[in-house]
Amino acid sequence: MHDFTIASARAALRAKKVSAQELTEAHLDAIAALNPRLNALITVMPETARAQAAAADAALARGEAHALSGIPLAIKDLFCTGGVRTTAASRILEPFVPPYESTVTANLLRAGAVFLGKANLDEFAMGSSNMTSAFGPVTNPWTRRGDNRALVPGGSSGGSAAAVAARLALGATGTDTGGSIRQPASFCGIVGIKPTYGRCSRWGIVAFASSLDQAGPFARTVEDCAILLGAMAGHDPKDSTSADVPVPDFAAACTRGVKGLRIGVPREYRSDGMAPEIEALWQQGIAWLREQGAEIIDVSLPHTKYALATYYIVAPAEASSNLARYDGVRFGLRKDGEDLDQLYENTRAAGFGAEVRRRIMIGTYVLSAGYYDAYYLRAQKVRALILRDFTEAFRHCDALLTPTAPSAAFGQGEKMDDPVTMYLNDVFTVPANMAGIPGLSVPAGLDAQGLPLGLQVLGKPFDEETVFAVGAAIERAAAFNVLPAIRAGA
Amino acid sequence: MSLDPATVRRIARLARIRLDDAEVPPLQTELNGILGWIEQLNEVNVEGVEPLTGGAQMALKMRADEVTDGNIRDAVLANAPDRAGDYFAVPKVVE
Amino acid sequence: MTYTIEGTTGAWEVVIGLEVHAQVISNAKLFSGAATAFGAPPNTQVSFVDAAFPGMLPVINRECVAQAVRTGLGLNAHINLVSRFDRKNYFYADLPAGYQISQYQHPIVGAGSIEIELADGSTKDIGVTRLHLEQDAGKSLHDQHPTKSYIDLNRAGVALMEIVSEPDLRSPEEAGAYLRKLRTIMRYLGTCDGNMEEGSMRADVNVSVRKHGEAFRTRCEVKNVNSIRFVMQAIEAEAKRQVAVWEDGGTVEQETRLYDSARGVTRSMRSKEDAHDYRYFPDPDLLPLVLDEAWVAELGRSLPELPDAKRARFMREYGLPAYDAGVLVAEQTTADFYETVAKGRDAKLAANWVIGDLFAAFNRTGRGIEDSPVSAAALGGLLDLMADGTINGRIAKDVFEAMVETGADAATIVAQRGLRQVTDTGAIDAAVAQVLAANADKLAEYKAGKEKLFGFFVGQVMKAMAGKGNPALVNEALKKQLG
Repeated sequence: MHDFTIASARAALRAKKVSAQELTEAHLDAIAALNPRLNALITVMPETARAQAAAADAALARGEAHALSGIPLAIKDLFCTGGVRTTAASRILEPFVPPYESTVTANLLRAGAVFLGKANLDEFAMGSSNMTSAFGPVTNPWTRRGDNRALVPGGSSGGSAAAVAARLALGATGTDTGGSIRQPASFCGIVGIKPTYGRCSRWGIVAFASSLDQAGPFARTVEDCAILLGAMAGHDPKDSTSADVPVPDFAAACTRGVKGLRIGVPREYRSDGMAPEIEALWQQGIAWLREQGAEIIDVSLPHTKYALATYYIVAPAEASSNLARYDGVRFGLRKDGEDLDQLYENTRAAGFGAEVRRRIMIGTYVLSAGYYDAYYLRAQKVRALILRDFTEAFRHCDALLTPTAPSAAFGQGEKMDDPVTMYLNDVFTVPANMAGIPGLSVPAGLDAQGLPLGLQVLGKPFDEETVFAVGAAIERAAAFNVLPAIRAGA
Repeated sequence: MSLDPATVRRIARLARIRLDDAEVPPLQTELNGILGWIEQLNEVNVEGVEPLTGGAQMALKMRADEVTDGNIRDAVLANAPDRAGDYFAVPKVVE
Repeated sequence: MTYTIEGTTGAWEVVIGLEVHAQVISNAKLFSGAATAFGAPPNTQVSFVDAAFPGMLPVINRECVAQAVRTGLGLNAHINLVSRFDRKNYFYADLPAGYQISQYQHPIVGAGSIEIELADGSTKDIGVTRLHLEQDAGKSLHDQHPTKSYIDLNRAGVALMEIVSEPDLRSPEEAGAYLRKLRTIMRYLGTCDGNMEEGSMRADVNVSVRKHGEAFRTRCEVKNVNSIRFVMQAIEAEAKRQVAVWEDGGTVEQETRLYDSARGVTRSMRSKEDAHDYRYFPDPDLLPLVLDEAWVAELGRSLPELPDAKRARFMREYGLPAYDAGVLVAEQTTADFYETVAKGRDAKLAANWVIGDLFAAFNRTGRGIEDSPVSAAALGGLLDLMADGTINGRIAKDVFEAMVETGADAATIVAQRGLRQVTDTGAIDAAVAQVLAANADKLAEYKAGKEKLFGFFVGQVMKAMAGKGNPALVNEALKKQLG
């Protein structure tokens, strides 16, 4: 039951070899058994899930099979779900029950999906380790060889990644502002894609940094990710930044192969401090693609090394404004004060964790009078140069190949001494957010301690099909079949 | 550009986040660490570069002038920490 | 004549700039689909977007954009084909998102101008710096509870046009004329109803004072003044305060103030004591607003005739004096009413009746042009009876009063009350003879050279004929019999 992929579960459901209710119960059982240990889900939704599974079975019985009929998923707790508490892993939203359903989750429900629960994350998606959640850290289902200490699943979508890796769900939604899908996918040995900015509606997703946030799926195969993204994506008139472009058959693209594709290898990603095993994995990925008929091209992204610093101006600036609405007046936590300003200050001091407060402070500062030009305006200009680099590179190639993250999963509590050390986790993923281009992480191998490592495929705007084709080629070549220590059915 | 304690307090005040005195020094160190690291952007020549303001390279779509929303007072007020009749309530504001 | 404040050190010139917030006429809000109607029960015209719930996003209303473009065109202003929305960040109870979506750096409308007319008949061009679109805030009610303020978000997110003038105004009168003219233009355009009582037009007034020939001194902003009269009073009060501060050796601090109309003074706003740092930046939820040139041109072609053009036409086509034309075009409905009356008739006479008798009737009855007791067609009918000699001008006044009272048309009243003018020369001759016979003494005086008694005889004849005599024929008969 736990070895299904979405594709194989879908076939089994349609062939009546398994029912949606059986599938859902098996996953609810796995959650009951493992979630106390992993803390991957903040809220479990057994009643909702059972009702949705029953409805899926009824639809299947009528011969009405939708793309995801009966497929049990975990939903990052940043997506508003109608009538189901949505916390963004923050104290400030702990009591919040949205009276509306985000567009992406509504699309998934329309496709017949079953929601098992709301997945843990870094508070307001700000983090790379899931350590900043107000509901406690998530434990990575993987452990180092001969070492049982808990590792982080990455972040911010750490709960989603851990749930899929540990087989608590067949797939999950995530959001990616600077790497929040790709880095946890890499840390947990699964596949995740951040599509092109505008591909998925942001309506109903708790905003972190509006010009960077983009929803995407996690799954255990590239094809499964393609199936999920197909259901999540689409133009939404309620989101002004949503692109009015058709949603192609992403799953079909997975079988295209890479013969004749030009794959760019950005030389600036090869930083001096790159771990040898990351470098080796990257070379292995290049070799696999070349063997399958791709042409490997050296490309230059000269401004990419400034992407992370740019990100830490743009994202906090937008966040400082986006999070102003959490003021204790209309929803969420309130801590009273003698006057309105005290109420605001008390509420926001008590409601936001340290990392969120830090980023709000940075964002407030870089936008403040006298500093805007030096920080924010300059960052926007560098951002334009980063986009220009990618545009130029894609004149010479069809996709780019890079490592996803500079390391494998690290221990809970590591890299916590200095915020900048933690920020460096996103050094390879952030450029794609700055440019709005799609990026996928696919597991490609293990490090010396037996932890999974991912490779990242970056594509042209709205060309996720090529990204899936390249990702699937790496997946086939890597034949990654190692399983995490903590998993259902183990 | 390095933040002094007064600036840290002023930013916290602008952001409406209460800051106890003991919280100022560590925060000052962290913020200065981040800002110092960010200063690498000063190396970049941005002369003549148009700033990129958003994630999408499109023009704004406009909607029709139709009333399609509202009339959901109870849903709007349902999450309010202090609901007074049909209003949100806050400590009295003096103008 | 220059308006000045007389201080102990001499005359002070007053420098005024106005920021008008005009509520856009639209069905739905600027960035949400909630309704905009005035006076709805609290928090009923609120969407989750307006209340800034998590994950909610703005989508712009095309009509609000069109209204801003129309207004810009009506102010002879430059339309910016590319504009942008910024966030203005500040915390306030009636600002749900913690920021207002506005246009800071790149407004939709650039420089324009408004011509104002002053009481002495002179005109002056007042520069308009810019017009931009932004969201209104909600409403805080401070008088419902002893320790709490109540928040109603019905108005939150309604589209406003902020129209900023150059500091070209020099007196309360000019400020009043500017506001009235701006309101007239927007009403013609149908872009704002200009109703200051309902808050759909509000003004922030920037005031400074200076000695003649000086550079500008520090200004203060008097916020949210909600009637033209109060704007004029606030300017005077604030200017006098500033003169007193300067003359006492003090310094005027740049600050935000409120006008207390009950006490006739301005006072500092306590809640704005904090120096504001709005941290404007481009709203990442919205993309640049790019207008199609052809669409703007189409909006331009569909604009109505505006007051300045209409006044010029009234002077040219109907031969009206500037003052009369100005009065008639102040409201489009009045201008339309007038044109209906004037069409095919004596246009000057029509103007006199509308401005004189009709406006007097409005004052008396408390009604206005929208619910006029006498329709334009009915007033035209009255003028027709005068033109064809059915009634004379004196009787017409009585007929008009009867029309106001009864709502009947002129012909009916003339017929029912037998007010038809007498043109029978026999009857007139008889009346003349009777009057002359009854006033032999006056007749003798007249014959002795007191010719101004002619008017007395006309009056007596008309009186004898109950006012119905044709004045021309009465004159003629009198002249004949007086020899």
